[in-house]
Amino acid sequence: MMLTELTIAAAQGGLRRREFSATELVGAHVAAIERLNGRLNAFITVTSDLALDAARRADAILAGGEDAPALTGIPLGIKDLFCTDGVRTTAASRMLEDFVPPYESTVTANLLADGAVFVGKTNLDEFAMGSANITSAFGSVENPWKRAGDEATVLVPGGSSGGSAAAVAARLAMGATGTDTGGSIRQPASYCGIAGIKPTYGRCSRWGTIAFASSLDQAGPMARTVEDCAILLQSMAGFDVRDSTSVDIAVPDYRAACGRSLKGMKVGIPAEYRVAGMPAEVEAAWEQGIAWLRDAGCEIVEVSLPYTKYGLATYYIVAPAECSSNLARYDGVRFGRRVPGESLDALYEATRREGFGAEVRRRILMGTYVLSAGYYDAYYLRAQKVRNLIRKDFENAFRTVDVLLTPTAPSPAFAQGEKMDDPVQMYLNDVFTVPASMAGVPAMSVPAGLSAFGLPLGLQVIGRSFDEESVFAAASALERAAGFTHRPAVRAEVV
Amino acid sequence: MTYLIEGRDGPWELVVGLEVHAQVISQSKLFSGASASYGGEPNTHVSLVDAGFPGMLPVINRECVAQAVRTGLGLKARVNLESRFDRKNYFYADLPTGYQISQFTHPIIGEGAVEIELADGSTRMIGITRLHLEQDAGKSMHDQDPARSFIDLNRAGVALMEIVSEPDIRSPEEAGAYLRKLRMILRYLGTCDGNMEEGSMRADVNVSVRKAGEPFRTRCEIKNVNSIRYVMQAIEVEAVRQVEIWENGGSVDQETRLFDPARSETRSLRSKEDAHDYRYFPDPDLLPLVIEEAWVQDLAGKLPELPDAKRQRFQDEYGIPRYDAGVLVAEQATADFYETVARGRDPRLAANWVIGDFFAALNRTGRTIQDSPISADALGGMLDLITDGTINGKIAKDVFEEMLETGEAAAEIVERKGLRQVTDTGAIDAAVQAVLDKNPDKLAEYRSGKDKLFGFFVGQVMKAMAGKGNPALVNEALKKVL
Repeated sequence: MMLTELTIAAAQGGLRRREFSATELVGAHVAAIERLNGRLNAFITVTSDLALDAARRADAILAGGEDAPALTGIPLGIKDLFCTDGVRTTAASRMLEDFVPPYESTVTANLLADGAVFVGKTNLDEFAMGSANITSAFGSVENPWKRAGDEATVLVPGGSSGGSAAAVAARLAMGATGTDTGGSIRQPASYCGIAGIKPTYGRCSRWGTIAFASSLDQAGPMARTVEDCAILLQSMAGFDVRDSTSVDIAVPDYRAACGRSLKGMKVGIPAEYRVAGMPAEVEAAWEQGIAWLRDAGCEIVEVSLPYTKYGLATYYIVAPAECSSNLARYDGVRFGRRVPGESLDALYEATRREGFGAEVRRRILMGTYVLSAGYYDAYYLRAQKVRNLIRKDFENAFRTVDVLLTPTAPSPAFAQGEKMDDPVQMYLNDVFTVPASMAGVPAMSVPAGLSAFGLPLGLQVIGRSFDEESVFAAASALERAAGFTHRPAVRAEVV
Repeated sequence: MTYLIEGRDGPWELVVGLEVHAQVISQSKLFSGASASYGGEPNTHVSLVDAGFPGMLPVINRECVAQAVRTGLGLKARVNLESRFDRKNYFYADLPTGYQISQFTHPIIGEGAVEIELADGSTRMIGITRLHLEQDAGKSMHDQDPARSFIDLNRAGVALMEIVSEPDIRSPEEAGAYLRKLRMILRYLGTCDGNMEEGSMRADVNVSVRKAGEPFRTRCEIKNVNSIRYVMQAIEVEAVRQVEIWENGGSVDQETRLFDPARSETRSLRSKEDAHDYRYFPDPDLLPLVIEEAWVQDLAGKLPELPDAKRQRFQDEYGIPRYDAGVLVAEQATADFYETVARGRDPRLAANWVIGDFFAALNRTGRTIQDSPISADALGGMLDLITDGTINGKIAKDVFEEMLETGEAAAEIVERKGLRQVTDTGAIDAAVQAVLDKNPDKLAEYRSGKDKLFGFFVGQVMKAMAGKGNPALVNEALKKVL
């Protein structure tokens, strides 16, 4: 049995039936990381010893009988944006190269409480700012997928949760945590042929997760199946008094929702997502998805989200504005990198020049600019108003439909080096994912098929606020219809 | 009385507005669980939130909100049921997150007013523009090491109320009266201890001058003045400086200045061009602050009696003069002390003793009302002895001194020292006769019309009786014989 090929759902059963031990399961993944991480660079920090210790403890618990928590012995990758107690947490930045937090984020603490085993901290774009995982101070991540007949070209895994996506796709972890601010879970999931959900804003606590843009940041799971995402989100989600924006409502049974019938479900197809220049194969995958849902008993409804076209522009005002303020704390005074200077200002300047990469500096500059006196009204305030209109767009649509179906990204994974000279071209990758982030509604990417060059294409299901259940139900139906069994060229059992 | 600055070309009027930063009395900080108490070794009252660690989030402290609401109610101000927190962004070493969480566009408290009273007995209303909640910063210490600065974050994140007045103040005296009144109200409410020397209350002073009837001219802001006396001095010298500039054909620049009490001058700190662009925006980590009207009503119902109301009640209920009532209500503890003494006794006698001998004794011994060597009940016990005729007023002063020294009860002192007043008319008559026998010449003078000598005889009789004679009976006996 290839332990690295199992789903989380299958491994839960196997562990409980003692078909294999947690030590074997974790060991297989640790071995795969040792073999492949040098190439893929999916992990910034590998915690093999801690993971194997945890696996032994998991085996002791599993030996004790029925009461083992749900994720006992399940090896996961943790995006290196979640603070982990005693384990270096870098945000893929030189600024936090040696930062070891003395605290555990709420989301990872929830997973640990459910028995999960962390195999390492996954790579990401620096401070989660990027769509290709090329801005990490610890080097780019390689997408384990290859264009058909082209083993040489290195493709990007998407971003910012590129390390998590690559690790899960290459079978280095059974699942991983991601964070999504404008598409950072969904777009890399799409590029790497896995599933990933950004839950409703407020569903997962942000406490202990390094902030990029606080009003948009939301943690979520990435895994190879929709059901595995449901299992992980069940553990990650929940109200937290330490995060004032987390919402105090019950977390329903997500796994059960995956099996729900779609009979009578209304699926909206937003006209505005048919953007000019969208590749035919993306359009075709979308049409195929529509057909699958219709076959599953859904009613397909054309809807309009007229403010979609302002989503990206609005996002690139709101997110940098918040980031410019959120990242002010990295000043070399209390923790993280310090570059000495002759004066306090000199210390700030040298520390931040050396500590932050180009993309982070660019966004801090943009954010500082849009909040400046004289520009605030024209940029930030107007962006907030448009954001409200985008939110209303979704509210209106969800008066008539239960979920929306769109492509996740306008293209499959592109090559490292492509789209890199023009930041605006890079930002366009987020065009389909940003609106749901702006509205705070849940959205999931699920693999739907392959491009002409054999690369995964994802479809996005967007739901009402706090109705992740409908999203899981629709995404599961798409998954079943797609029967996506393709695997990437680089993966655990391929040496 | 109008305060005017006499310039070369005629009089100038003063326009002052005050921004008072009042540290909220609370167990923990505005957005973290760390202790908000004053003092402590450096960096011992600091949570990860206060130190701005990655991923840390603020959570509003309900008690700080309640304190702001109480203060708003005490200032007769509008309580905004929905307010919002904004980030004020600037870099400084003692500001860990790089932004201060404050309330910029939507403060928790709106317009209110404070009545002040001036030396001539006149009163004026000073408008309150707003009150908002914000975080204090830490403290930079530049004097600990020749090359390095140190930072103490104990105060970082402690709740402050910024109380902004309208530019209604027209003289240094009014500024002083406003600050004293505001401090009195805050102390009554228990929302700020008002200790300016510890920095728990500080003022930014906005000063401009103008000719009568003109609109406002450019103002300067004098930052962080930490005593009422300095506020009054700073206003005075800043106004003179501005008048000189205008009269010499110049114009006042809008800028931030510092007051140097040693030289009695203000100095430029930074000009408008160097002013920070704080890039205020709503803090995305915090939801709008929504409070219930019922909660506000509940807090309002539990407010203590405030100084103005108490002063009026003291006048009405105890029949004491307005001035005395004002002195007694200046501090809550004094008012409580007085009321304990006055309860069931002659309230005027009580007021005279509390304001007179009692205050003088506190001053002399350097004690406060909280650690007074004579309790209100003990003082009341002594007043009872006066009222029931056990001792007279003169002996009472000796008893009071003895109480001050020994802490003994008045009755015990009177018994121990045999100070009980003599009301036995036989003993008084005997003493009177002895005095007359000893002073035949004075008696002759008196009888020949020198009435003033009556006092001499009273004195001599009291002396002969070691002060214990009942003054009324002594008078009576003397009159009879003379």
